[in-house]
Amino acid sequence: MTLNSIARRALPWLVPVLILIAWESAARTGGLSSRVLPEPLAVVKAAWSLIESGDLWANVKVSAGRALAGFAMGGGIGFVLGLATGLFKPAEVALDSTVQMIRNIPALAMIPLLILWFGIGEEAKLVLVALGVFFPVYVNTYHGIRSVDRDLIEMAKSYGLSGFALYRHVILPGALPSILVGVRFAFGLMWVMLIVAETISAQSGIGYMTMNAREFLQTDIVVVGILLYALLGKVADMAARAIERATLRWHPAYQTKAQS
Amino acid sequence: MNLIDIDTLAPAFRRVDTQTPHARAPFAGRDLAVSLRGVEKRFGERRVLDQLDFSIERGSFVSIVGRSGCGKSTLLRLVAGLDRATAGVVQRHAPAAARELQVRIMFQDARLLPWKSVLDNVMIGLPRSKRDDARATLAEVGLVEREKDWPSRLSGGQRQRVALARALVHRPDLLLLDEPLGALDALTRIEMQGLIERLWREHKFTALLVTHDVQEAVSLGDRIVLIDAGRITLDTAVSLQRPRTRTAPGFAELEEQVLSRVLQRS
Repeated sequence: MTLNSIARRALPWLVPVLILIAWESAARTGGLSSRVLPEPLAVVKAAWSLIESGDLWANVKVSAGRALAGFAMGGGIGFVLGLATGLFKPAEVALDSTVQMIRNIPALAMIPLLILWFGIGEEAKLVLVALGVFFPVYVNTYHGIRSVDRDLIEMAKSYGLSGFALYRHVILPGALPSILVGVRFAFGLMWVMLIVAETISAQSGIGYMTMNAREFLQTDIVVVGILLYALLGKVADMAARAIERATLRWHPAYQTKAQS
Repeated sequence: MNLIDIDTLAPAFRRVDTQTPHARAPFAGRDLAVSLRGVEKRFGERRVLDQLDFSIERGSFVSIVGRSGCGKSTLLRLVAGLDRATAGVVQRHAPAAARELQVRIMFQDARLLPWKSVLDNVMIGLPRSKRDDARATLAEVGLVEREKDWPSRLSGGQRQRVALARALVHRPDLLLLDEPLGALDALTRIEMQGLIERLWREHKFTALLVTHDVQEAVSLGDRIVLIDAGRITLDTAVSLQRPRTRTAPGFAELEEQVLSRVLQRS
């Protein structure tokens, strides 16, 4: 590796490192109150003690469980409904305009109603996540099925494919790139919805941990919670990309990436 | 055309009128694969085909030429059963009474499924047990070593060769070719013409080629049919020996003769 290429790799890290140094020195000189932002080392220490006590893992497990359960619920319903409206004209006529109408309501605006319906327990959190995840999966499934190349469908029919075989070999693979775009959006929204839900009320989870720390002015733990959300969001995004790479190997966009 | 309607997912071919014994009578004495009588096709107000009578003898190679928009592709789609005639009868005659006429189409674009390997594209509509058949057919078009590749890795000519293998592996009685070489460069086109002719002679299917390239029509067809404004304006047999070369005596004359008729406005 030449000096040049090392420099090129290091360059993107330069600004974050400078920010960290500035942050640390500002905290040490007393210019930055620890009530506003703790010094980076304190954050690391807080994270370490949370890991040691096992609180961190327990809370991450609870939050991730909620996120995935909500995703499975909302994404599953969105996928099935998107299939129905994409494939069957009567379902489209009956459902699509209604769904598109509800889509215009921001999911977060539903919070007061959700609290009235489900209280502040687990159900409300799951429903909020499911609600946020539903629309991107639904819209992209529907759109993906509609945009499958008509010529390919005509060809497949003329080769005797129909019903489920046509769906499995032609329609679903053709719609998959679009469906996966929806899944990626949904993964992002999943965390947003969960953060909001856990911030409003929770007895466990990352949101509970940070809100609890806020009560006691433990800014270091608050920052740990924020960083955890960022990390989990990144993990979800990487998972979505991995799924795309595995299932879209045929796609020219993924082949050129694999080669270069 | 923006809906995948489950009602129409059934194979398109079933919609073609089934033959009845007496309907065959007008063409008695000739072994026909396809016959059309009084066929008319309209799209809204526009009449694309007008009172068309046309038939294809079994085992022959018929070339249809015409300007773009003359209705030649519409005629092919009617024969394929992809569209239905507005009026008239389209009949397909199976070689044996017990089964339907097996028809396969090669489109202008290869229409390979990009998410399936070359071999799996050839296998479409076939049970898994036919894998060796598919491989053998790929070998016939010279692409067996590319069987695991994605279609996006192939050149235009190679894609059309896969499409040809995909059609032939079904052992069709009738192969419909809808300007399959239109998008290829001149050299690849000549190569593909040779391949199609060779496979036609080996497999002995009936072939219907739609093209705007008169030279291609002359080099492949037993018969050249010219369509202009929805009507057949020329129907001539080609008696040149096969395999044909452009320099063979009579080739250029026939090409010139057909071309001048194509260019003539009726």
